[in-house]
Amino acid sequence: MAKSIDVSDLDIYYGDFLAVQGVNMTIRARSVTAFIGPSGCGKSTYLRSLNRMHEVIPGARVEGKIVVDGQDLYGNGVDPVAVRRQIGMVFQRPNPFPTMSIYDNVLAGNRLNAKKMKKSEADTIVERSLKGANLWGEVKDRLGKPGMGLSGGQQQRLCIARAIAVEPEVLLMDEPCSALDPISTSAIEDLIHELKSQYTIVIVTHNMQQAARVSDETGFFNLKGAGQPGHLVEFNPTEKVFANPDNEATEAYISGRFG
Amino acid sequence: MPSTDTVKAPPPDREPAVKKRSTERPGDRIFRGTAVGAATVILVALAGVAIFLTVEGLPGLTAEPDAMSGQASFAGYALRLVYGTLLAAVIALVVATPLSIGMALVISHYAPRRLATPLGYVVDLLAAVPSVVYGLWGILFLGPRMGDLFRWLEENLGFIPLFAGPAAGSGRTIFTAGLVLAIMVLPIITAICREIFAQTPKLHEEAALALGATRWEMVRMAVFPYARSGMVSATMLGLGRALGETMAVAMVLAASGTGFVTLNLISTQNPNTIAANIAREFPEATGTSVNVLIASGLVLFVITFAVNFAARAIVARSGKKMNR
Repeated sequence: MAKSIDVSDLDIYYGDFLAVQGVNMTIRARSVTAFIGPSGCGKSTYLRSLNRMHEVIPGARVEGKIVVDGQDLYGNGVDPVAVRRQIGMVFQRPNPFPTMSIYDNVLAGNRLNAKKMKKSEADTIVERSLKGANLWGEVKDRLGKPGMGLSGGQQQRLCIARAIAVEPEVLLMDEPCSALDPISTSAIEDLIHELKSQYTIVIVTHNMQQAARVSDETGFFNLKGAGQPGHLVEFNPTEKVFANPDNEATEAYISGRFG
Repeated sequence: MPSTDTVKAPPPDREPAVKKRSTERPGDRIFRGTAVGAATVILVALAGVAIFLTVEGLPGLTAEPDAMSGQASFAGYALRLVYGTLLAAVIALVVATPLSIGMALVISHYAPRRLATPLGYVVDLLAAVPSVVYGLWGILFLGPRMGDLFRWLEENLGFIPLFAGPAAGSGRTIFTAGLVLAIMVLPIITAICREIFAQTPKLHEEAALALGATRWEMVRMAVFPYARSGMVSATMLGLGRALGETMAVAMVLAASGTGFVTLNLISTQNPNTIAANIAREFPEATGTSVNVLIASGLVLFVITFAVNFAARAIVARSGKKMNR
């Protein structure tokens, strides 16, 4: 189920503006890969390019290759909709569908895949996904209640449950804890640890301690200067990045001597 | 000592002065006065209309049959006109609502920006066309073409009560009137839906897209639930316009007096609408027939009111659901 991702010479453009330049990396399957870097360095843009979500913005395009399981995501005839069904995403702010119950929120992705589901089958998926997101115990008695009635941390875990309900190959997380309190953050981090046995997880974070806590490998993105494209400065195992980085800029950023 | 007394003395005086100033700043007072005044004027105007309609309409309720196009009672007379009014409005909405929602979606979510903006302007322009022009267009252009269609419908689908005929060759039936109304309410519904669709939070749209929703699935998952109450109120505003539209219907619809309550859409047997009936009959009305017309106006007033209240209720209910 979990797949590795090979990225080669990736340039990401918004219209004529080159946002991210020349990224090469291999994201390992069943591991957590974190991206850190200053605001505007393109790490979120890069993350979104991994499931073609950046194409939501008109004019966005890429050059280069992103290969998952031997298939180029940007190859001819590849449908971005199909890509997003394989590569799930969790956003910065929890975004359960406001009119749907907890139950329906979890199943939202499965229902898109259109097959008529039996009630028992649907129940199984909901229970498995909510358990997978460590939310089952808290909501099992109120599955029919609206998802918006949960706390922020619970909503975020509901969104994770929704993303894993369709059993994606990769799970992308765009600063999933930045809108949450420390306790909810810790719950999500525990969850990331558990999920990596089944999924390939890529997470963008502004919190370097978080990157150090949850990830196996860390990529540091930086800008060459204002108006310049972002680029990948260093990509190494997390211990190495935080203890003994190859690049001076990485060390400066991590130790707070940035800029 | 006396000097300290005089220093101490002012505070009790000054305190109420300060209080007074904070509640009655002149700007606030003027604004409050204007707002209350405007609100009162609206209420008085509305009450004035209601009182006028009631007082002048009351004698019409017990009018002689010859003042009511031969109807025995006012209830029978009003019922037919109400039916005509509702039928025309329903036809208009059935045609216009899906079209408007589709058009609004194209403008807000499908068309590229440089196409969407001019398209929006064109739709808005439809609202600026005077209703007399729509009436002329209905009589001279749409009517004859509809007449051909009606003849075809009568021959081929005559077994359906809607198309029982006899088909009106001029095409000036309730169906054509409904279509003209549809085009007139289209810009209203489209404009409101477009605004609301465009306000759908990016967050919800991305949630759907990231799950692998196609554009249309995203619209159904994120845009429609968010916009539901707005779509209802847009439709209700359109309904209000369709119910009250006078000139275009009076011109297009060749209804025979009060007609019959019938589902037949392609003949001219249908009753007129209230507004068009008033416009058409009023110039020749004398005595109690004036009162009868005014009473029918009161009925329209009540219907429009009821529609507005219903719309409010629906919007309030689904709004509550969204905020939970």
